[in-house]
Amino acid sequence: MVQVTIWGSLSDFTEGAREVEVDAANLRELLDGLAQRYPGLKPQLERGVSVSIDGRIYNDSWFQPIQPDSEVVLLARLKGG
Amino acid sequence: MALDSKTTQDVMQFKVVGTRPLRPDGIDKVTGRARFGADISAPGMLTGLVLRSPHAHARIKSIDTSAAEAMEGVHAVVTRRDFPERDLDEGTADVLDNCMAGDKVLYDGHALAAVAASSTHIARKALKAIKVDYEPLDHVTDVDAAIQPGAPVLHQGRANESVPEGASPNIMARYEFGHGDIEAGLAQADRVLERSYKTEATHQGYIEPHACLAQMGPDGQADLWCCTQGHYMVRNTCAEILGLAQGQLRVTASEIGGGFGGKTTVFLEPVALMLAKKTQRPVKMVMSRSEVLRATGPTASSSVDMRIGMTKEGIITGAFAELRYQGGAYPGSPVDMGAMSAFAPYDLEHVKTIGWDIVTNRPKAAAYRAPGAPMAAFAVESAIDELAKGFGLDPLEVRLRNAAREGTRASYGPTYPAIGLEATLRRAKDHPHWSAPLGPNQGRGVACGFWFNFGGDTCVSLNVTPDGTVTVSEGNPDIGGSRASMSMMAAEELGIPYEKVRTIVADTGSLGQNEVTDGSRVTFAVGLATIKAARAAKAEMCKRVAQVWGIDEDAVEWKDGAAHPAGPNAGTHPPMTLAEIAAIASNTGGPIAGHCEANPEGAGVSFATHMVDTEVDPDTGAVKILRYTVFQDAGKAVHPAYVEGQFQGGATQGIGWALNEAYIYGEDGLLQNAGFLDYRIPVASDLPMIDAVILEIPNPGHPYGVRGVGETSIVPPLAAVANAVSEAAGVRMASLPMSPPKVLKAIRDS
Amino acid sequence: MSKIHVTTKINGDPVEYLCEPDETLLDVLRDQLGLTGSKEGCGTGDCGACTVTLDGRLVCSCLVLGAEAEGAEVGTIEGMAEAEALHPLQQKFIEHAALQCGICTPGILVAAKSLLERNPDPTEEETRYWLAGNLCRCTGYDKIIRAVMDAAADMRKAS
Repeated sequence: MVQVTIWGSLSDFTEGAREVEVDAANLRELLDGLAQRYPGLKPQLERGVSVSIDGRIYNDSWFQPIQPDSEVVLLARLKGG
Repeated sequence: MALDSKTTQDVMQFKVVGTRPLRPDGIDKVTGRARFGADISAPGMLTGLVLRSPHAHARIKSIDTSAAEAMEGVHAVVTRRDFPERDLDEGTADVLDNCMAGDKVLYDGHALAAVAASSTHIARKALKAIKVDYEPLDHVTDVDAAIQPGAPVLHQGRANESVPEGASPNIMARYEFGHGDIEAGLAQADRVLERSYKTEATHQGYIEPHACLAQMGPDGQADLWCCTQGHYMVRNTCAEILGLAQGQLRVTASEIGGGFGGKTTVFLEPVALMLAKKTQRPVKMVMSRSEVLRATGPTASSSVDMRIGMTKEGIITGAFAELRYQGGAYPGSPVDMGAMSAFAPYDLEHVKTIGWDIVTNRPKAAAYRAPGAPMAAFAVESAIDELAKGFGLDPLEVRLRNAAREGTRASYGPTYPAIGLEATLRRAKDHPHWSAPLGPNQGRGVACGFWFNFGGDTCVSLNVTPDGTVTVSEGNPDIGGSRASMSMMAAEELGIPYEKVRTIVADTGSLGQNEVTDGSRVTFAVGLATIKAARAAKAEMCKRVAQVWGIDEDAVEWKDGAAHPAGPNAGTHPPMTLAEIAAIASNTGGPIAGHCEANPEGAGVSFATHMVDTEVDPDTGAVKILRYTVFQDAGKAVHPAYVEGQFQGGATQGIGWALNEAYIYGEDGLLQNAGFLDYRIPVASDLPMIDAVILEIPNPGHPYGVRGVGETSIVPPLAAVANAVSEAAGVRMASLPMSPPKVLKAIRDS
Repeated sequence: MSKIHVTTKINGDPVEYLCEPDETLLDVLRDQLGLTGSKEGCGTGDCGACTVTLDGRLVCSCLVLGAEAEGAEVGTIEGMAEAEALHPLQQKFIEHAALQCGICTPGILVAAKSLLERNPDPTEEETRYWLAGNLCRCTGYDKIIRAVMDAAADMRKAS
């Protein structure tokens, strides 16, 4: 299981939890697992998120490996100018 | 994708990277030969012009185009009805509605019809002949007024699931970030500062107005030339809006006369394509400056409430900010980025930010250099400065005491890897600027800034010509010298002189998908792809040489621009240079190339500290910038002159935001300063030299350690200037811009 | 509306054109004569991207009518280099990285050349005020000012 930190306003859809656990070995499994376990997160996941894995930020890479002890943080999808 | 984390652990010895060669497009640009958006023409082309709303908010009851269409020389008129009804995602639907209004016009300048005519004169007359029946509606342009009960509503029921029930219908989204217990943190403070801050909307202010030239055949094949930060984005968006196949629309990026985020979306392009489709003639469209200001990309205006607690030793015990950004008439203000980045430079146990995305009757906000971060940093850095000075503490020292470091949990969640904030602060503290004397009515301000940076889809194709020169094709418009940087990285990797490499920006038919030139990504991501493409070409050349020498591939190594025998079984062979290998390519398997298609992630965050001296005229409130120094981490500066240029340019845009620039709306909801005379950006006589100090803390995510540098430099200056002016004026300035009347009033009221 | 016949000289070449009475010199240069080096950034004389010389006087060509060029000599960015030899200002702009996007560069070069013709040894302040009518959004002007001062120094040595 991977522990995922979500941002505050998403906890409305995780029964108030800021840390949730998902069974995932990569980014795709993580996002799928979150959507499955917490359907209320789906609209935000579909609009897009960025994910920090061990301090590096990923936007798209489904097969980026995640270790069970990885630090995983959900972020608003990064924008740039 | 796997990144070359290891290479940066060793200190690399560079031959080309880090030098300052002449840029390849330099001669074209100093002789007037470079072709920008409006410089391109086609035989038989028509002129396209846009009809724009004179109202801040109105329902369109009807549009009668018959008189315009009947005019001699008018070839087509388009309105929203001409665009196919398609199932677009929300974001693209908003882009279309912004390019061509549907049922309502939502701001002064909103496009609602366009004509194509044989001359500009006729096109102008045709616009006047279009009869629009408007039902004017109440409007709101201020971010705080927009969420008052009873405020005019732009879109009913568009709030997303994050917005609590009963909130203003002009609130589109809510974000909350942070950790710890904010009240417990504030309770430990010796002083809690509560203050509100406001910034006005500013425009990216690129000197080149939007321009494009479109043509389309009856078979649906279309070509578009335009000035944009991302022609692949233009292709994809236009194809979606018009129902074209992406592969049938070829977009070529012209030289681009500045963008700063404002050219990361489309305004004219789908309209020009529709006019071209209707007329079967090439159609050229160029915006006027007033159109640029009324209807393209300003950034959000902001209103921020801050509560921040500090001990008398300067330790921040808790920090809270509530940010309200209006992003114009559609959802998507960068308040999420503001809320994530606000406290990013600091190591805080108790921190919380709340962001509200609010719509108003203003043009749809576009990205502007580190979108959302400068306004948040203005509030945070002003508050820290006020607290530090209130305790009689050195504001740089206070920042050092609270600075985020490797291992700090960022206010937006993750734990930082090695970061450069502390290095910029220490360098600032040791710099002679910090200890230079100040005169009467003068003040010094410092502020820190943070930005994320990202990578994104990238393609590079590197080809070796028969005579041993190298061409690099990339898919990102060169907005400030990136072709030079790509040539440098290719030359470095191949071990050949910079002059032997020429980099071009290829059209959308020549490479795969490329993310827009944004997110400070190009030197990082396109550079990484260029290095990988060069490595692929080197591997191929070693393979060819192994064949020639009759030895194993792994017994050939590449160094100093040539293949050398390596290892015990390689035998003795004179090295073969790149040119020698290129000359026999046909005999050894055909042309030699390397390419890389990737989505490099892990761009690496970036920090800066800015220091500025100002003088305030107590009689007029006018502010003069006396001295300015930027300290920023570049990871590795590929072409230091263009890195300095990014630092200096970002600082100057921030100075404009701090002192002069603002969208000014009248009671009627109309923009009052849609021109460069009244929307005044900094001019040469406003400024001193901007000293740029480059720090190099390598990014482990890039083979040469490169970090994006383009955006971070606009984050600190709003606060740095405000802190300096507040010190010089003897009164805290919490509202931008600090124009002379505002400063004078603040001095007199204090 | 009948067009006006204009006989003029542009960058030393004799040129004739027909223009509308309300057509700007900038539009004539760009749309009729293919001299697109002069840029339109504002159309109201605020940005200086369209700067040219008219009988040696620095003007915003967006504020001059095409008809006003009758009998005059017009100098544009296209006439600044002599064959392969760049003007020292052009060379210094490239060397100092005094341009990022390059859209303002033609106007600034024409204006800077005019400055150095009048004042071969300008101070930094004089240079900044002379160029205050030419907007640049990319550079913060630092490298532009350095390039102009350096070109002036070289030109003084050469003369």
